[in-house]
Amino acid sequence: MNASKVQAGKTSVFHAVDIAKIYQMGEVEVHALRGVSLDLYEGEFVVLLGASGSGKSTLLNILGGLDSPTSGTVHYRDHELTASDASQLTQYRRDNVGFVFQFYNLIPSLTARENVELITEIATSPMDAMDALDLVGLKPRADHFPAQLSGGEQQRVAIARAIAKNPNVLLCDEPTGALDVQTGIVVLQAIGQINRQLGTTTAVITHNAEIAKMADRVILLSDGHIAGIETNSTKFAAQDLRW
Amino acid sequence: MRKLDRKLLRDLYQLRGQAAAIVLVIAAGVATFVMSMCAYHSLTATKDAFYRDYRFADVFTSTHRAPDALLPRLRDIEGVAAIETRLVYDVLLDVVGMSEPATARLISVPDRGQSELNQVYIRRGRMIEPLHTGEVVVSEVFAAAHGFVPGDQVRAIINGKTQSMKIVGIALSPEYVIQVQPGSVLPDDKRFGIFWIGRRDLEAAFDMTGAFNSVTVRLALGHETVRVIDELDRLLKPYGSVGAYDRDEQLSHRYLSDELSQLRGMAVMAPAIFLGVAAFLLNIAVSRIITQQREQIAALKAFGYSDFEVGAHYLNLVFVISVGGSIAGSLIGFWMGANMMGMYEEFYKFPALTFLIHWPAVAAAFLMTSAAAVVGTFLSVRSAVTLPPAEAIRPEAPPSYRASWFERVVPKRFLAPEMRMVVRNLTRRPVRAALSVVGIAMAVAVMVLGNFSLDAMNYMMEFQFRLAQRQDLTVTFVEPATESVMYEVQNLDGVLESETMRSVATRIRFQNRSRRIGIMGLLPDPQLYRLLDADEREVRVPEFGIMLNSKLSEVLGASIGDEVIVEVLEGKRPTLTMEVSAIVEEYAGINAYMNKRLLHEVLLESNVASGAFLKVDPNRIDAVFAELEERPGVGSVTIKDAMMQSFEQTVAENILVMRSFIVMFAAVIAIGVVYNTAKISLSERQRDLATMRVMGFTNREVSTVLLGEIIIFTVLAIPLGCVIGYGLAAVMTAGLDTDNYRIPLVISRNTLLLASSVVVVATILSALLVQRRVKRLDLISVLKTRD
Repeated sequence: MNASKVQAGKTSVFHAVDIAKIYQMGEVEVHALRGVSLDLYEGEFVVLLGASGSGKSTLLNILGGLDSPTSGTVHYRDHELTASDASQLTQYRRDNVGFVFQFYNLIPSLTARENVELITEIATSPMDAMDALDLVGLKPRADHFPAQLSGGEQQRVAIARAIAKNPNVLLCDEPTGALDVQTGIVVLQAIGQINRQLGTTTAVITHNAEIAKMADRVILLSDGHIAGIETNSTKFAAQDLRW
Repeated sequence: MRKLDRKLLRDLYQLRGQAAAIVLVIAAGVATFVMSMCAYHSLTATKDAFYRDYRFADVFTSTHRAPDALLPRLRDIEGVAAIETRLVYDVLLDVVGMSEPATARLISVPDRGQSELNQVYIRRGRMIEPLHTGEVVVSEVFAAAHGFVPGDQVRAIINGKTQSMKIVGIALSPEYVIQVQPGSVLPDDKRFGIFWIGRRDLEAAFDMTGAFNSVTVRLALGHETVRVIDELDRLLKPYGSVGAYDRDEQLSHRYLSDELSQLRGMAVMAPAIFLGVAAFLLNIAVSRIITQQREQIAALKAFGYSDFEVGAHYLNLVFVISVGGSIAGSLIGFWMGANMMGMYEEFYKFPALTFLIHWPAVAAAFLMTSAAAVVGTFLSVRSAVTLPPAEAIRPEAPPSYRASWFERVVPKRFLAPEMRMVVRNLTRRPVRAALSVVGIAMAVAVMVLGNFSLDAMNYMMEFQFRLAQRQDLTVTFVEPATESVMYEVQNLDGVLESETMRSVATRIRFQNRSRRIGIMGLLPDPQLYRLLDADEREVRVPEFGIMLNSKLSEVLGASIGDEVIVEVLEGKRPTLTMEVSAIVEEYAGINAYMNKRLLHEVLLESNVASGAFLKVDPNRIDAVFAELEERPGVGSVTIKDAMMQSFEQTVAENILVMRSFIVMFAAVIAIGVVYNTAKISLSERQRDLATMRVMGFTNREVSTVLLGEIIIFTVLAIPLGCVIGYGLAAVMTAGLDTDNYRIPLVISRNTLLLASSVVVVATILSALLVQRRVKRLDLISVLKTRD
């Protein structure tokens, strides 16, 4: 089945239909997602906006192949993620997905450059690690260890690491959550620039409505449902955001 | 280098203290294993080569006097590949500069050509020239003990006459790799020597022309030893045979075999203990790393590193440690093995005893350690592999604590909040706490085990040679001595007390088991050669029945009230049925005793003696020696103190060397376990500790939380370790139990104290190391990091 859809001249990268996710937490069932359907299109910048516990991280994890829904189907282009086994998901992540986490998740025992190289080593057509660091403006700090970098710098290394493999999608989970405003803007600039320059489909999770102004589309999540989808007529640049 | 491998090296560097401790524990196990196995193979290879090249016999027997004409019939026995008849006599030796006599065993060698069997290896000088009268070749240990060199003269008292002999060579023989005088349990190089002498000389001295009193046989391949032995016994019976025996009962061979089986035992025990501890240490270290690196694992997986790659990464970390331990251990093992060979060279005499590296053992060590490492870390690594990446991104839920049963038992006011933290932490992870206790207990146990051998040895010596046997000298007679000879010996000037005994060669049977033993006939209430039970109480010699020592009772499976069959192998060779009347405790040899008067009755003989035990006035001892030397009937004189001294000098020295290894190893385990445990507690709880510090707790109070746990572990571990040590010692005594020795399961208070102290010191050292880290805790950065 060809799940790709074309809408307004754009190819669908992700096509999710009625996905639900139920966690068992001790004796309680937690419904993280309750029937979410959505499409993400090639090259677009999407912000998933919602309060804590709205299910946005779960959704992102499912799109990234880190987690599987309890029910529903998810396609990445022609590839049905919901029908893939663990090793196929690993291969999918290896070939297609770049992640940026709220807490950076850098390997503390490797330098900035080595953290990026850790990923380029297993990628099929990566860019040069130094070029990736250059894109986020950290070439001069390439040989520093995470502990020697500020939070914003660490997050930019994480972005360099995510994009160095030339991923088809860039998934960012609260990338500015642990950063102050100034630093957060620098990081968002980096993400925005990647999206524009490389045309990487980008999804950013945030609970900060201000960041939504950067997006092509904003998907509002609430209590495991999609509460609304907004298309921004004008996109703000990261440096124009204030919160 | 792959970046993942670089991460591995840096992680390892971060862990260096813990890793080094684990490497040391592994190294200790591997070293002992490699040492034992290499020593085992070196000794076996050397022994086999010496036996083969110098034609060590398979079967041995002696007679009173058998004619040479019997030789063709002996040779025709089916299964005999080679046979040699010879003369063997024990005589007293008058050594210049030594007041007490030494015993020389004279062994005849053919007047022309080489011996057929048990050939001698000439270390220095030469072999006896054909038909040169008065030349002898001396065993190396005896020559060394007296500083003899070829050309020296020695005087032997042969058949009552002093005869001068010229030493022409210094030699070794496969028959006497270790020289222990029969009846003695310990080698005494100074007082027992082997002399090879031309057959004609011995024939003349003992009036044995055309006769022999010793037969050695080499078996053809694939023939049953028992049948050859039976046939030899049948043919030699009329000539006073005391029964043939195979290598298993040959003294030198038996000592060697015991040593070899001891090495084997060590090769099994050591890795079992050390690798077990190492597996546990790896388990806690690796599970901690994996917990700490949850988010790193998540990132690796999110970016497409496969489960296999992640698993392999952590296993590699484990392998680097285990391989490091194996390499270090092998090197230490080689060094220890080479030392061990040096020690053996003092005891066991071979043409050349070289240390050979037994590579299969090294390979086995590597495999064993890898296996132990994988077993120890399998679950942790699997949890890293199977950790769903989405879950790993989220921080781990805070550990769930609850008030433990302990707190319900102990009222709150007795527990300060710090102690409550300690107790809850212990009861939350009872398995890990238990393993930590067991780990430290193993250190105590290893110490106990290491020192137990010395305790056992001391007790054996004390029991056998101080409590039971209280004579100064033991005199044996060449032929059973009459009352007049006994009277003379007992009334020598300087002899304070004396007791005679009658000893006779027998084969004792119970059900389908039998043993060749000497039965000793004793006076009803011996005071010099006493018999004791296991509780060190004196056992009187009853009028009727036979007394077995504990080892013999065990070997035969006979106990009090059972009837055993005794075939006497001397004189009229009666076969008797006797009831076991008592079991006596002895730690060396297999022996049986009975009333001397009863023995005379069953042998149909008058009051004669095979030997006497003497208590001698220390000031007149030299005069007693001189008198004894002059008496033709005296075959040998053994001096208890001299024997004990020479034993203690050599053996105790070697035990001391082994002991220092063991103390070192135990300290390694103790520090390894305690340091690891403390280090892990610190890393798991540095946030809690830093929080407490920020809230105003002092360094000392914070350390209480950390060290309280370790102190509790140590306090629990010490008694447990003593018990485990006792158990291991019991296993070891069972493993080392041979016909030569029975090792008493005795552990002194000093041993327990020493073991506990080593562990306490190790605990204090580790605690200091960890406490230094608490002081240096960077409060702000610890609190900023996300746990």
